[in-house]
Amino acid sequence: MDKVRLQREAAFIRSSLLDQGYLDEQFIQLEELQDNDNPNFVEEVVTLFYTDSARLIYNIDQALLSNPTDFTKLDDYMHQFKGSCSSIGAKKVKNECNGFGEYCEAQNYDGCFRTFQQIKQEYINLKKKLETYFQLLKEAA
Amino acid sequence: MAGGEVLRQNLPEKLEESPSGANELHVLAVDDSLVDRKVIERLLKISSCKVTVVESGTRALQYLGLDGDKKSSIGFDSVKVNLIMTDYSMPGMTGYDLLKKIKESSVFREIPVVIMSSENILTRIDRCLEEGAEDFLLKPVKLSDVRRLKDFIMKGEVKEGEKRCCKRSRSEDCSPSPMTHPCDSSLLSSLSSSSVLSPLSPSTLSSKKSRL
Repeated sequence: MDKVRLQREAAFIRSSLLDQGYLDEQFIQLEELQDNDNPNFVEEVVTLFYTDSARLIYNIDQALLSNPTDFTKLDDYMHQFKGSCSSIGAKKVKNECNGFGEYCEAQNYDGCFRTFQQIKQEYINLKKKLETYFQLLKEAA
Repeated sequence: MAGGEVLRQNLPEKLEESPSGANELHVLAVDDSLVDRKVIERLLKISSCKVTVVESGTRALQYLGLDGDKKSSIGFDSVKVNLIMTDYSMPGMTGYDLLKKIKESSVFREIPVVIMSSENILTRIDRCLEEGAEDFLLKPVKLSDVRRLKDFIMKGEVKEGEKRCCKRSRSEDCSPSPMTHPCDSSLLSSLSSSSVLSPLSPSTLSSKKSRL
């Protein structure tokens, strides 16, 4: 039950996520909105992001299965998804979305499909890291 | 001047209208994104604003009592909103559509409307400013944006009466544009990089002039 060690571990994960570009300053901005009255604000927003964006991911997956491909719809869903990524500071995921947008505009299905698999990977990757981070914070409190 | 004196007497009343206490800004925030609604609400609350968050332009109009053909707010005198912040890209009614509706309303057109967007599109920004938007913020919106807005609105509440006095007592030549009016110099100095409001933008000046 070494809380100091746990705190250090959490801080290390946080620094890494920021240094390696998984997260950007928007995440720090969210931290600044946390206080004693709202001690779990960041975790709440991140949880909300993952719950809400699951719907968008599903929609995009479905749209990619539809024939013919509705690129306008795809672009629209992606725009919403990208916006949410931006709001929580999910920098790497957000950047992957740019590629998707370009393929959409070019109506390049293969490009869209491949890029989306990468987006999902990064999305899940970040989720795991953040889950670990928030868990450590709880244990360290 | 009789007109000026009446306005000066009305000044204290304007700020004390808020039911929850003196000087609390009531902001109506409009955004279709669940995540963004949560964030903007927190940004505003932490800046000591009273917040009402809705998910669409339609809901916003309903809240204001502007839906349907009811242009007069029956029994809605207590709905006092000092600022409206709306996302641009929303399904159905966009932030731009909402802006237009508000500026068309004789009751609500004086309320400053700020547009928020994740896209930095010049034509979009110009369009919104031309239509009377107070400012255009790039998402994600920051605490500094909200603080700056709040300061501007708070000063506006006090200065509004003064401006009307100035306008009547001075000739048009002395006060060419509100952006160069001494009252607004603090706004110019507090502009942050995420705001695209430029004091030198002709569209900004013309839209502000047209509202005087």
